[in-house]
Amino acid sequence: MDISGLVIFVVLMALGYIAGTMAERKHYKSIERREAAMLRQPIVTYEDMETPEGKRVRKAKMVTGSAVISTDYFKRFLASLRFFFGGRVKSYESLLDRARREAIIRMKQEAVGAKIILGMRIETSNIGSSNRKGKNKGLGAVEALAYGTAVWFDEIRPQTP
Amino acid sequence: MITTSIQYIPGMKIVEHFGLVQGSTIRAKHIGRDIAASLKNLIGGELKGYTELMTESRAEATDRMCKQAEQFGANAVINVRYATSSVAQGAAELFAYGTAVVVKPEA
Repeated sequence: MDISGLVIFVVLMALGYIAGTMAERKHYKSIERREAAMLRQPIVTYEDMETPEGKRVRKAKMVTGSAVISTDYFKRFLASLRFFFGGRVKSYESLLDRARREAIIRMKQEAVGAKIILGMRIETSNIGSSNRKGKNKGLGAVEALAYGTAVWFDEIRPQTP
Repeated sequence: MITTSIQYIPGMKIVEHFGLVQGSTIRAKHIGRDIAASLKNLIGGELKGYTELMTESRAEATDRMCKQAEQFGANAVINVRYATSSVAQGAAELFAYGTAVVVKPEA
């Protein structure tokens, strides 16, 4: 490796480490804030539901949310070391965690006012990209998709005689 | 067209089944987006261009599925599932499938 290649590598590592860590911390903060705001809207993976007493279903609609998140240069390098030695690949764990939580938050944002989200499913897929041609190194970008059925209720007003 | 990800529609009664309906689409972003994404790939974070691409394609696949259901004379699709596969670099296939039914409101 000549010296300019080494310099580029070091610069990319430093950039990935500093900017990547800052971006991740910021993202986690924003995820936690939004999750706290939407805490009172339950999501369940089961499909059966009993309509509560005195309520009527107003609307049921499918809601989806998705996010494509990529990891940084530094973490990708760490992961490639992990692939050599084996063990827990922590840098990719946080990537998938962020993608899934972001997808769930976006799904909830579509279901404003809904009492419950039934039958939620999460789908994760690897996104191909046009960079790193032929190297097949794995992009390190994942898409998480969350979808479910949001149910809105109406109060049944007692009939006045 | 009502769609749900579960086996029924809350507050509605299923009166007729038509079986499987499906829709799919394969999409790619233009090269500019790909370059922007590969730069973003260095520092990590959300690749907004790709999120947008996936959302658009999903809407398109769902739309095609609903069109097929309409041809049967259905007014709802239940138990919808999504699947994604990447066929080539920079392109993704989005696939939506479900069961077409006719529903009417519960008395």
